[in-house]
Amino acid sequence: MDYRIEVEDLNVYFNEAQILKDVSLKIHKNTVTSLIGPSGCGKSTFIRTLNRMNDLIDGFKHDGTVLLDRKDIYDPKVDVVDLRKKIGMVFQKPNPFPKSIFDNVAYGLRVHGINENNAIKEKVEESLKAAALWDEVKDKLDMSAMGLSGGQQQRLCIARTIAVNPEVILMDEPASALDPISTTKIEDLVHKLKNDYTIIIVTHNMQQATRVSKYTAFFLNGEIVESGLTERLFVDPQDKRTEDYITGRFG
Amino acid sequence: MNRIISPKMAQTIMKGVLWASGIITVLILIVIIGYILIKGLPVVSLNFLFSDPIDSGRAGGIFPMIISSLYVTLIAIVVATPLGVGAAVYLSEYAGENTIVKLIRFGAETLASIPSIVFGLFGLAFFVIYLGFGWSVLSGGLILALMVLPTILQVSEVSLEAVPKSYREGSLAIGATKWQTIYRVVLPAGIPGITTGVILGLARAISEAAAILFAVGASLSIPISIFDPARPLSLHLYILATEGISLDNAYGTAAVLVILVLIITVVTNTLVERYSRKMMGR
Repeated sequence: MDYRIEVEDLNVYFNEAQILKDVSLKIHKNTVTSLIGPSGCGKSTFIRTLNRMNDLIDGFKHDGTVLLDRKDIYDPKVDVVDLRKKIGMVFQKPNPFPKSIFDNVAYGLRVHGINENNAIKEKVEESLKAAALWDEVKDKLDMSAMGLSGGQQQRLCIARTIAVNPEVILMDEPASALDPISTTKIEDLVHKLKNDYTIIIVTHNMQQATRVSKYTAFFLNGEIVESGLTERLFVDPQDKRTEDYITGRFG
Repeated sequence: MNRIISPKMAQTIMKGVLWASGIITVLILIVIIGYILIKGLPVVSLNFLFSDPIDSGRAGGIFPMIISSLYVTLIAIVVATPLGVGAAVYLSEYAGENTIVKLIRFGAETLASIPSIVFGLFGLAFFVIYLGFGWSVLSGGLILALMVLPTILQVSEVSLEAVPKSYREGSLAIGATKWQTIYRVVLPAGIPGITTGVILGLARAISEAAAILFAVGASLSIPISIFDPARPLSLHLYILATEGISLDNAYGTAAVLVILVLIITVVTNTLVERYSRKMMGR
């Protein structure tokens, strides 16, 4: 089996509180994996462990291993900046920079030392097209990204992420702040992107998980209760708690 | 229910009191500026603005003083802005809550509360005599830099802390370093606030007389080098009034000083407003 990410016996603590307990999960290459579960179950903490965003939080401790392409991302020799280039992230609330649309997408290229204007222009156009935003913004690339609608902003953030050619894209409830039409656009986009990227998407919305992902993991109280093919997990849950959750008995 | 006044009545009264407080503040401002302008503007003419003083300022104009004011203030801002903004970035982006940070904040607050005449005395001892800068634009500018440093630092820190955390996360998540994040995202987003701090500092520096009293000299000619003595508008105004040289020209000088500060404030605010609007796409 071809795995992009392998997590084994991961425990995460913030100060004394244990947030994740013995979490193990393998993420297949170029597929979409959904993480579902009630609020506070640790799914956001889990994906923020994968690109080491939790390092920024005081009191973060972990044990267990997280491998990206068979290499330990918490190895002291790993450069966090390189890692985050390989593992992009899209946040719950769209967070474009207060810069022009063009500069938002060009941002990652510039911070990684690409200065050649034509190369940047090409990549910006390519990324905006890949994020299904090009047609809407091609005539106003100089306008501030803050003037876009929420859904457009989120697609811009996706364009910004894919501009630096990541291998993995983490999405933390990317559609939860959006209206249904924008949500559909994001989901279509996820469908399209899965051919080129390994996508891990946290979602509250179980229909969304069934629509976009091949694999699903169900988190509860910091543990993975059950994981596997999405179709199987929703049709034939092995664990009583999974069944209760997906049938809406709690959460 | 045995209230002396009903809640509805109290609401009406308080609304009136608060409204009056606001109006009184504006009135005080209008009265002061109005008085200065009414007394001073008749003296102000192109000749007054662009010629040298004659007979210690009894006649002639204030051109060297305008240049002195701008020169000294420019030095103060050029020195204090990088220091103040640098310290603000350190406090808001790098430092946690530790002893050094508390010390820096305490230092800035104390610095802000030192009387300006004390700054003046220190400037005389340190810049003028010890460092040998003499009575000069440089000595005056450096004293003013020290004086406005806390303002720039404090206002900048507040505006950097107001930059949403999500911008920083977005930048770091894309593989930018911390410094790239600060330089390319946080600082540009904080610029409107930082500029406000610099303008507050600038307005204070250009208006200050006591702090530079012992440091810039009182030369009546245009300063060219930073080691030349100078006589900024505020100091000129002080000398004209206290030495009984010409009260009319003192009012004229005051009017020019007030207008200069107004122009600088309005122009900068307009630029900042335009920058923010472009940045936020409004």
